[in-house]
Amino acid sequence: MSNPATTTPAPAPAVPPPVEKIRIKVDGREIDVPKMMPNWQGKLEPTTMLQACHMAGQEVPHYCYHPKLPVAGNCRMCLVEFGTPMIGPDRKPVLNEDGSPKIARSVLPYEPQTPRGAIACATPISPGMELYPNSPATKQMREAVLESLLINHPLDCPICDQAGECKLQEYSVQHGQSASRFVEEKVHKPKAVDLGPRIVLDDERCVLCTRCIRFTKDIAGDDALGIINRGSYNTISAFPGRAFDNNYTLNTVDLCPVGALTSKDFRFKMRVWFLKETKSLCTSCGTGCNITIGSREGVIHRYEPRENNAVNGPWMCDAGRLNYKWVGRKDRLTEVQSRGQRTTWATAIKEISERLASATPGSTAIIASARQTTEELYLLKRLATRLGAVTDSVPRAGNADRLLVCDDRNPNSQGARLTGITFTELGIQLAWIADGIRNGSIRHLVVFGEDVTQQGIGADLLGKLETLIASDILPNATTARAAFVLPGCAAAEKRGTFINVKGRVQRFEKAAEAPGDARPEWEVLHELVEKVTGSTGFTTIEGLFNQMAKDVPALAGLEWGKLGDTGVTVAI
Amino acid sequence: MPEQYKLILKHIDQPGYTPDIECYLRHGGYEALRQALATPPRDLPDGKQLSPQEVVREDVKASGLRGRGGAGFSAGLKWSFVDRRSGKPIYLICNADESEPGTFKDRQIIHKDPHQLIEGMVISCWANDVKLAYIYIRGEMPQGARLLNQALAEARAKGFLGKNILGSGRDVEIYVHRGAGAYICGEETGLIESLEGKRAYPRIKPPYFPAILGLYMCPTIVNNVETLCHVKHIVTMGAGEYAKLGTPNNTGTRIVSLSGDVKRPGYYEIQVGRVTLGELIYHENFGQGLKAGRSLKAIIPGGSSSKVLKAGEVFKLNRKAADGQMTKVDVPLLDLPYDFDSLQGAGTMSGSSAIIVMDDSRSMVDCLANLSEFYAHESCGQCTPCREGALWLAKGLHRLSHGEGRKADADYLQHIAQNIQGRTICAFGEAASWPVLSFVKKFREEFEARGAADEAARSKGAGPARDLKIAASPNQH
Repeated sequence: MSNPATTTPAPAPAVPPPVEKIRIKVDGREIDVPKMMPNWQGKLEPTTMLQACHMAGQEVPHYCYHPKLPVAGNCRMCLVEFGTPMIGPDRKPVLNEDGSPKIARSVLPYEPQTPRGAIACATPISPGMELYPNSPATKQMREAVLESLLINHPLDCPICDQAGECKLQEYSVQHGQSASRFVEEKVHKPKAVDLGPRIVLDDERCVLCTRCIRFTKDIAGDDALGIINRGSYNTISAFPGRAFDNNYTLNTVDLCPVGALTSKDFRFKMRVWFLKETKSLCTSCGTGCNITIGSREGVIHRYEPRENNAVNGPWMCDAGRLNYKWVGRKDRLTEVQSRGQRTTWATAIKEISERLASATPGSTAIIASARQTTEELYLLKRLATRLGAVTDSVPRAGNADRLLVCDDRNPNSQGARLTGITFTELGIQLAWIADGIRNGSIRHLVVFGEDVTQQGIGADLLGKLETLIASDILPNATTARAAFVLPGCAAAEKRGTFINVKGRVQRFEKAAEAPGDARPEWEVLHELVEKVTGSTGFTTIEGLFNQMAKDVPALAGLEWGKLGDTGVTVAI
Repeated sequence: MPEQYKLILKHIDQPGYTPDIECYLRHGGYEALRQALATPPRDLPDGKQLSPQEVVREDVKASGLRGRGGAGFSAGLKWSFVDRRSGKPIYLICNADESEPGTFKDRQIIHKDPHQLIEGMVISCWANDVKLAYIYIRGEMPQGARLLNQALAEARAKGFLGKNILGSGRDVEIYVHRGAGAYICGEETGLIESLEGKRAYPRIKPPYFPAILGLYMCPTIVNNVETLCHVKHIVTMGAGEYAKLGTPNNTGTRIVSLSGDVKRPGYYEIQVGRVTLGELIYHENFGQGLKAGRSLKAIIPGGSSSKVLKAGEVFKLNRKAADGQMTKVDVPLLDLPYDFDSLQGAGTMSGSSAIIVMDDSRSMVDCLANLSEFYAHESCGQCTPCREGALWLAKGLHRLSHGEGRKADADYLQHIAQNIQGRTICAFGEAASWPVLSFVKKFREEFEARGAADEAARSKGAGPARDLKIAASPNQH
């Protein structure tokens, strides 16, 4: 009965216009690379040596370069020796005896016996150019830059949070020397600087790559960080008298290639190599930022943005990133309850399905949160169709910003719309449902993931119901009055999809086990729908999604396996 | 007989010559500007015609004028790189950040003949379609800034500056911007950043060549004070006459700042290449020799960042023989003609034309420690090799000059310096490393002896050799 997810790749997009290519050599191997490539803003610019090396399978080490930030060229780690075809006095290429073009290796103009490197991050390639990312001269330049970066570094890896994901460590292993010649006293700089509510800075670990400054100024639009002092005493600092507190500060922790910028939330909490990484989604608004959940033994330790250029690029907001604490709250709903008594899922589902199946058609209402997954909303809609139930969801509005945060604070409003749980506007049926309860036409209410007492259906109205079924993660006034309480899961504890405000269908994976009896709602709903409607469903999320894609017109043609890690955009 | 040739300094230091505009006008001031504005178009053999502005630009190129700031790059060529089709305004910046230790020529012009600079700038602006120019003056020259502002007001009042200069229909405005005292602001892209109100971090090239993406990302010309003054004289004399001054490829005159262990330090204007290093130091018209009983030890020939020359060195220079063939000729240090090419041929540079003379009383270790401390203090810290290397050098030299040396320090210093030069965003990397590389190379025995003596002192006395006690870091903030 399960429909195995296919893993065939998405069909190739329409053939793009031909790209002008340049033939170069990387470490002696000829390769054709595009003449122009997207820069940090996505605008086409002449392809750089770093991009060309990447295409040739040669990663050029770097600290300051970041594909999504303006190029600074300050770390000098990406210095690469190169050569260009020699041009004779007659402006014609000079040839070797075998007819191949003679290459002039780059040398210092004042010292022609010494090779000269160019910063691969900012130097455009030209036809016939030869790049030597592994030549002895290139390696020597890297070693020298690393030596310089390390002489004043505190070398405190054992107590540094970055250990295990530190570019200084990685490059030292790959390109460094085992001993230092430095016998002088190190430069001392401020330690544990409180930059703002979420960020701590260790200036001694800083390699002054200025990624944090550039991100904060050019991406977050907040000119809050800068450098004070001069030379080797250069020190990253927030604007004097101002906290570094915009909603994107924690991205600087991700960007920091070393352990200089650390998150107060994650600091000293967990060694990164113990963390299990799970691909997931942020649920704090309709943008649907892709995230990686770092968890260990069922405990979530951090969210990090996961690059998806169709959605969030490599960034996410601080509010979304820190919105995971409630997952581990002690007062989570962990027991299936029937009229205040603990019961089993089997008993509860049987009772509920009998109750709903026997209800007068049209006497049931379903209020499903737009925080539920698309699959759950789809199952609830199927239930509603069978019961002739009115359905709605609850809008959550906030202020949008110019970068990522969306004014729709539900992660799946589009899912609620496309599955038919709501019409274009969320919540317009709530008053009608309240009236129905008041006048007795609605006798049964199924609530998933919302506290309806906050939505005009107060305790008095809930008291009039024959049946109140509430599924939620945390206790609230609605679950307190429910005949049946069904403990649900956070997104981090289940699999499923959300559809963001722009129609991006994105799937997420399970990072941690839910506590106690709590089960993914789609599993529970799937059993319920089966019992109430008599139709068989799918026991896997893949099969369920694929079935939904067949039933929901907007999702036609989609398959779980084709969503990939970054999702697919559908028309909305 | 070697003597001064006063073109730029013609009136400076004359009795009664004052920096005000009336005095300047009495001495023929702003006539070159009138002449430039009246330049007729020039017909070319191929039937094309050069506009008056193009004529002046061509003349500056033909004059062979090379930048007087340090790099000695052709001024006319620099102007020709300017992107004139971008549709963006073109800016001209006068680099008056004269900060290279040993250099004190531009300040003479600014303090004593500011209108000469302004006239040169207005002509250069006109010739390059520049409407707005800046004089970026070193923060430590407040009096110079005051004088320049006063002179600009006078020029404005007389119609040499501002709207519709001398009825030409062209507008040219010049503003003075004071730096805050950083050596790096003399680097043209650092200067531009500073002028934009930012930290003076030099820009990466590519893509930020000032001629294309300069001030406010617009095409920009950055010229030294003295260079811009020469433009006035090229207009007055004509390119051909001007090019007769000096020597081929090293045309015109140059103001040399002579300092150190000479009897008569000062600034001397010479025809480039017509006077030798020896004459500048020993001749009665110039330095008048060393102090009594002293012998020459070394010469820093072009500002503190140029490579040191050692007394007694002989260089192989290219010379054109009578038959036109290039031959190698042995030229002793003191016979080196003081020009761009000869000094480059000697493995150093004429730089900002600041000669620092060192006699036998000087310890090269101590001199270098002093220089390196300057460069460690002035490194902007943007890029890794210079930021970390400059202070590393200074610390090592501080140690070596304070009794904590090691014999191996000569290699140690050379190793550090080699990892800076050629690997940085701007030429500061060379400025910080060249003195070290050249001092250690040419006076290695002095560095090794100093380190060996310290090692011997440490191992003397009872017990095991004393550990190296790290001396306090220089210029710790």
